[in-house]
Amino acid sequence: MQRYILSKKNSITLIGAILIALAFFGRFSLDNMAIFNWSLIIASILGVAPIAIQAFQALKVKVVSIDVLVTIAVIGAVLIQNYEESAIVTFLFLFGSYLEQRTLNKTRSAIKELTELAPESALKQMENGEFEEVDVDDVDEGDILLVKTGAKVPVDGTVLTGEGHINEASITGESLPVSKKVDSEVFAGSILENGTIQIRADRVGEDTTFGRIIELVEEAQDSKSEAERFIDRFSKYYTPAVLVLGFIVWLFSKDIELAITILVLGCPGALVIGVPVSNVAGIGNGARNGVLLKGSEVINDFSRVDTIVFDKTGTLTVGNPEVAEKEFYGNNTEEILGYLASVERESDHPLAKAVLQDIGETTFYTVEETEVVKGGGIVAKIGVHRIAVGNVALMEKENVKLSEKAKKDVERFEKNGNSLVLTAVDGELNVLMGIRDQIRPGVKKDLQNLKKLGVKNLVVLSGDNQGTVDLVARELGLTEAHGHMLPEGKSAYIEKMQAEGGIIAFVGDGVNDSPSLALADIGIAMGSGTDVAIETSDVVLMNSDFSRLPHALGLTKSTSRNMKQNITIAVGVVLVLLASLLFSEWMNMSIGMLVHEASILVVILNGMRLLRYRLRG
Amino acid sequence: MQKAVIQLETLSCPSCMQKIENAVKGLNGVNQDSLKVLFNASKVKVDFDSETITINDIEKAIEDLGYPVVKSKVKSA
Repeated sequence: MQRYILSKKNSITLIGAILIALAFFGRFSLDNMAIFNWSLIIASILGVAPIAIQAFQALKVKVVSIDVLVTIAVIGAVLIQNYEESAIVTFLFLFGSYLEQRTLNKTRSAIKELTELAPESALKQMENGEFEEVDVDDVDEGDILLVKTGAKVPVDGTVLTGEGHINEASITGESLPVSKKVDSEVFAGSILENGTIQIRADRVGEDTTFGRIIELVEEAQDSKSEAERFIDRFSKYYTPAVLVLGFIVWLFSKDIELAITILVLGCPGALVIGVPVSNVAGIGNGARNGVLLKGSEVINDFSRVDTIVFDKTGTLTVGNPEVAEKEFYGNNTEEILGYLASVERESDHPLAKAVLQDIGETTFYTVEETEVVKGGGIVAKIGVHRIAVGNVALMEKENVKLSEKAKKDVERFEKNGNSLVLTAVDGELNVLMGIRDQIRPGVKKDLQNLKKLGVKNLVVLSGDNQGTVDLVARELGLTEAHGHMLPEGKSAYIEKMQAEGGIIAFVGDGVNDSPSLALADIGIAMGSGTDVAIETSDVVLMNSDFSRLPHALGLTKSTSRNMKQNITIAVGVVLVLLASLLFSEWMNMSIGMLVHEASILVVILNGMRLLRYRLRG
Repeated sequence: MQKAVIQLETLSCPSCMQKIENAVKGLNGVNQDSLKVLFNASKVKVDFDSETITINDIEKAIEDLGYPVVKSKVKSA
């Protein structure tokens, strides 16, 4: 019975509206007070039923909820035969909660979109070898699953047979399909765009990367800041206090009308819902844009950040060194480039890769007696020629004389932040190459946006040499740049900045920077959702996309502001209502309820704006 | 100890949370500290002792308040 009434809440609201309309029609058009009164009485009784049930259930578990206040107020109004008030208040309360639910669903929509990407079923190999469709919850580690074209990969696993292209956008944010073959790792929530594969389940359900992302976001949207916990505690006592106040007023004034009006006006509606609404909309916007924010505390802290520290130049650069400048000495350039490529082909050093990439198509020679000189380079023989490829130190060791021009070139290349690769054939310097990392496209603009958002210090702490770091810093307009930093040095630096009163965000990949990520006021992990990054950081930028950073900062600023606006609206409304009750004539229960419900909708709509937030500029 | 994640129909009033919290806390055999009512996710997470109480008892306590349970998952903690 109870459940039936509760499930018919929407119909009751509609009937209430019709009855109220009928009542006023009866009174003003037909001049019939009986129709007026009886319609309103029926509307009141019908309308108060679901509210009273909820109130009763709340009282059973010792909670004085808003339902309790409203129920008492409505019963009071009926007792003093003010049917108009009782009917309108119940209708407004029910209609308000209907609208609340509708709009709340909107604010939660962004996160819902994410959770709906979760796989629901899987084709599992049964004992007879056939594949059958089962619920994803029934898949265990070690099970063999079949994934067909267009289907979602149900678990994290390894490809056993077959191949295909998989869209991993839900995990990494990368929208280009990735090719998968036997032994490739696949992730739950990604979509097989073509091909058919069989996989072995390695991690299932909440242990999958996608499962953890969802859990993180779900926990985040409901995590509470200090301020929110205060509001919660406050409202726990506030509602009973309003009840007591109403009772005291009645005791002294014997004015039931006044007493029940206080009950309605005192409802804490917008206050309790204002902050969670901003929170869920803000985090939802982030989730949709590849920014995972871990809760409202994080939002508040991040919005006040004044210093952002980057863990390495690789965050700002492509991380893929390229030959930026080169000089040739002597003749036979073609042949010597062939020698160089042949020697470098043997090495997996990042500089060697850059050199090979730069040379491109060439003739390769047989290389003999290859010797790797630690901290220097490579020495090898091609035919009768002795080839030395490496840095200046190696050239000195090999007794290669540098001409005045070459010396100047070396100096210039170093000043430009290059790592040097020199090539000498039979003791003669032939090629000088300067290799450096390229600035990531768009990073400069992103950093400017961060500054516009009020970040004062942009710092890079890098393990690279100071020259490289300075160059990047100068080009990007960073405020500070320190090279030769070890992980301990980075955390010490953060501690120092914090002691000086800075609020620090640390951007790292979470691989060996966990201490700094944890230590900073806000740890920001840039990575494709690696486990460590998800665990230790406060903010995760999916797909290592640097351009998400200004969006994340701007979003937290807007969200934090939005929360404050909502608190102001909620508190303001209660104060204005109570004041107008004391100082004006026109305030009554119906208007009070109307204003309350309106204020709740206003805070929800205000929160909803965050879903559309985009960084300007 | 078992770990339960109970998915409810959408919660729309924050006072629901307090009601559910009190109702579930009042049950024998649930770990009070582990109880989390997630308003936006409309989920209840709680650890309970399967020898004293069953998942059905917990579901019933919540449903009696008027919040239908969509589904629940139990894992050993």
